[in-house]
Amino acid sequence: MIALEKRPEPSRAFSYLTPVLAVIATFFFGGLLFAALGKDPVTSILTIFWEPLFGEFSFYYRPQLLIKGAPLVLIAIGLSLGFKAGIWNIGAEGQYIMGALFGAGAGLAFYPSENVLIFPFMVLAGAFGGWLWAMIPAFLKVKFGTNEILVSLMLVYVAEQFLASMSLGLLKNPEGFGFPGSRNLQQYASAHNAEIIAGSGMHWGVVAALIAVIFAYVLLARHRLGFAVRVTGEAPRAARFAGVNPNRLILFCLGTSGLLAGLAGLFEVSGPAGQVSIDFNVGYGFTAIIVAFLGRLHPIGIVLAGLLMALTYIGGDIAQSQLGLPAAAIQVFQGMLLFFLLALDMFTNYRLRFGRSEAA
Amino acid sequence: MDLSVINPILLFAALMSAATPILLAATGELVVERAGVLNLGVEGMMILGAICGFAIAVETGSPIIGFVAAAAGGAVLSLLFAFLTQITLANQVASGLALTLFGLGLSALLGQGYVGIKPPRLPDINFGFLAEIPVIGPVVFSHDPILYFGIGLVAAVWATLKYTRVGLVLRAVGENHDAAHALGYKVVRIRTLAIMFGGACAGMGGAYISLIRVPQWTEGMTAGVGWIALALVVFASWKPWRVLLGAYLFGGITQLQLNLQGAGVAIPVEYLAMSPYLITIVVLVILSADKSAAPGSLGRTFHASH
Amino acid sequence: MKITTLLASAAVALGLATSAFADGHEKTKVGFVYVGPVGDGGWTYEHNKGRLAVEEAFGDAVETVFVENVAEGPDSERVMTQMALDGADLIFTTSFGYMDPTINIAKKFPKVKFEHATGYKRAENVSTYSARFYEGRAIQGHIAGSMTKSNIIGYIGSFPIPEVIRGINSAYIHAKKVNPDVQFKIVWAYTWFDPAKEADAAKVLIEQGADVVLQHTDSTAPQAAAQEAGNVITFGQASDMGQYAPLPRVSSIIDDWAPYYIARTKAVMDGTWESVDTWDGIGAGMVGIGEISDAVPADVKAEALAMKDAIASGEYHPFTGPLKKQDGSDWLADGEVADDGTLAGMSFYVEGIEGDIPN
Repeated sequence: MIALEKRPEPSRAFSYLTPVLAVIATFFFGGLLFAALGKDPVTSILTIFWEPLFGEFSFYYRPQLLIKGAPLVLIAIGLSLGFKAGIWNIGAEGQYIMGALFGAGAGLAFYPSENVLIFPFMVLAGAFGGWLWAMIPAFLKVKFGTNEILVSLMLVYVAEQFLASMSLGLLKNPEGFGFPGSRNLQQYASAHNAEIIAGSGMHWGVVAALIAVIFAYVLLARHRLGFAVRVTGEAPRAARFAGVNPNRLILFCLGTSGLLAGLAGLFEVSGPAGQVSIDFNVGYGFTAIIVAFLGRLHPIGIVLAGLLMALTYIGGDIAQSQLGLPAAAIQVFQGMLLFFLLALDMFTNYRLRFGRSEAA
Repeated sequence: MDLSVINPILLFAALMSAATPILLAATGELVVERAGVLNLGVEGMMILGAICGFAIAVETGSPIIGFVAAAAGGAVLSLLFAFLTQITLANQVASGLALTLFGLGLSALLGQGYVGIKPPRLPDINFGFLAEIPVIGPVVFSHDPILYFGIGLVAAVWATLKYTRVGLVLRAVGENHDAAHALGYKVVRIRTLAIMFGGACAGMGGAYISLIRVPQWTEGMTAGVGWIALALVVFASWKPWRVLLGAYLFGGITQLQLNLQGAGVAIPVEYLAMSPYLITIVVLVILSADKSAAPGSLGRTFHASH
Repeated sequence: MKITTLLASAAVALGLATSAFADGHEKTKVGFVYVGPVGDGGWTYEHNKGRLAVEEAFGDAVETVFVENVAEGPDSERVMTQMALDGADLIFTTSFGYMDPTINIAKKFPKVKFEHATGYKRAENVSTYSARFYEGRAIQGHIAGSMTKSNIIGYIGSFPIPEVIRGINSAYIHAKKVNPDVQFKIVWAYTWFDPAKEADAAKVLIEQGADVVLQHTDSTAPQAAAQEAGNVITFGQASDMGQYAPLPRVSSIIDDWAPYYIARTKAVMDGTWESVDTWDGIGAGMVGIGEISDAVPADVKAEALAMKDAIASGEYHPFTGPLKKQDGSDWLADGEVADDGTLAGMSFYVEGIEGDIPN
């Protein structure tokens, strides 16, 4: 009989070892999958993981990791604060959209005048948009006790309809011959979130993500508010005795995650994406939830998890093109990776014990 | 604008059919959540059910066997979730999301050979003269067997939860797993069975889309229905009959907005399209007075510590 | 080193590779960027059929690659760049939303040829191509107007964009011509892809008295709904949907990209490729009209085929005056033909259609 026994303290060794084990297990089973599809497993896996980092054109793909990873990390950092405190914002996708709409709208309102203050103003507007959208579930939860998981999720669909409406209406490019989609902000110097160093992938969204990581780290490690977040998640009743105001915490956690998601949307729309269009959102808000958990809700872990996800996306697209692997196989492969990471994480907190039989 | 073209009887009959996939999936998820487990992978299990049901129905020529296969497919996929959350004690939210990703990919792989095929049709049940009764006939006696199965399932789940020992044990596990464990109930086993039940229901819901509502196979064809089903469970505050009500309300609003468009009512379409979600939020606020509803151990990891 | 320099040097290297293949030493590499999965049974499915036709036509002389499910925006730029770096000579980008990304990447790879579907921005090495689906809509309108008994024709639109509005107008004009009492009921699904919603929309239209359902969405859901209802006719969209013939599906509009893809690949191989703006219809074979089934009365079928031939030969243009806009203002004088610019950005209904275009 095998039983699980909780470790008195999470194992440091295993917290480093399990991700490695998970990746190895994914290589093995993913390899089997690729072989079953008639592809060479070793080549397939090398294409996904090696090619973007160290392949012939890594000079191009490495910066792309930042572009793909930054919004994931930025959103996941915000979400992780709430998740730690047991406050579930599932609607970051909607906040991301609203941030982009507010930010792009704020910029386009000034078109075509050029002014250095336009971009900072857009940043504020984008942050406000995301914050506002997250404050709806926060307010309803505080005031009526409404479940924030559902309200935030429902608001994703509402935001998507707003996005369609704006792309076809208010924000539609007047010089776009009637086609949907806004002006391209990349062609509007004052509103363009350009790369800070050309070709580095480093745009203001990446900078914001780094700042958010540091901010979250310091907050959780040093600040009273971080303590409130942690203690509320671990022992809500104790938190109350410790003088934590649960309502204020809800407003703070949802507000912060909305704000960061809104910023991610703004930096994306004004930089890499360039324009508001019906299909502007590509699921960063949902993927970020996975990133937050893969990173064990720890700021540094989230950075690593965000980059890992970005790598599988980029490598996956290369594998599709070079090897003819279907997109679905890449999705299954990503799913496997997540499963193994989640499953093996058990060894960080528990150990196996053999022998004595017990009722479990 | 001509509102008289909207036939409320046909509208109601149509919304019953439109609501069935969400109804099936949400009823399954309700049982899972009453056992204290939050499985966000409904969308993934639905889409896998959609392709399993479609493929088997095409191969065997029998839609009913297709539905059985869909239930099996959903249940097998949910076992993966059960393993992650019950055996390796992984976080339920993340596991559920990963399950959706995996299910979407796997279904697309399995479905590669089934694009552009017409599946065998499941005929409506012939109620004879009953279907001729005005109003009641078209609404009550003009549907396919799975739709009635869905309603029956709600009744069965309600009765089981309320009156049977199985239901009592399930609720006990969901309310307080430590206490249930202390009483000698096999928490992990009960939850695993509940998760599989949820998977089977979601799979059938998916197959209802690919075999009856649409009917065809295309990648990603469930288009987010699984998320609606999740919302519905909370909307219903974990009560089976309210799931039925909610599913009809949700299906009804969508039907109504399409009907209003057809009647030429000049309301901006995008705002009509977002109305089901907004109304759900409003209802959530109204219902949130009922705070006792959520299962006590929902989403929490259980480990039998000694 | 700056990435632009790196990309430029990579492009130079590719340029050398390109000249190498001109001697017949190397395969021509053709890339395809798809917005949906190849298994969508509609838009992307048909583009992929075009890709397979290219492989068939040139055999070992070409190599095709594709990436599916590519989001518009930075992901599409990355996929295009990657194909160019991997030595693609010609890249087809098959969604409107890839317009600016295609222009951006084309600038970085001047030696690689790009072809963008349904857009309007071109460059030295970027062509655009699109299909005149409205020509097929005219034939559908004719059949629909002739065959409807309830005089109500349902129309399922995705989003109110020029492409869809053009189709509605074209179908309406030709339905009205043969049946002055005809009325169009238009339902917007506000989604590109949600088969269940399409099924609902079709059912609603049928319940509201439509006995013809036209769809500008790609799933077969409306076909199945019509079949179940009985006495309703439909038209296949994007692909033939022949599994629903002879009823409800009486004909179809088929996206046929194969002739264009083969011709453009050939042009690259021959070194004759130039940036062009192609807007082809029935005549060039880009818009296919699926077989008109026997459910259509013989005289109507003959008229429809005659119209098809007239459009194909350029003798007849579906938007020929006199035509007025919905608000009653004049649009086209008697005998005047709509110019492509107006058609491309069409955002108004013609006279007689009820209701407003959203926004």
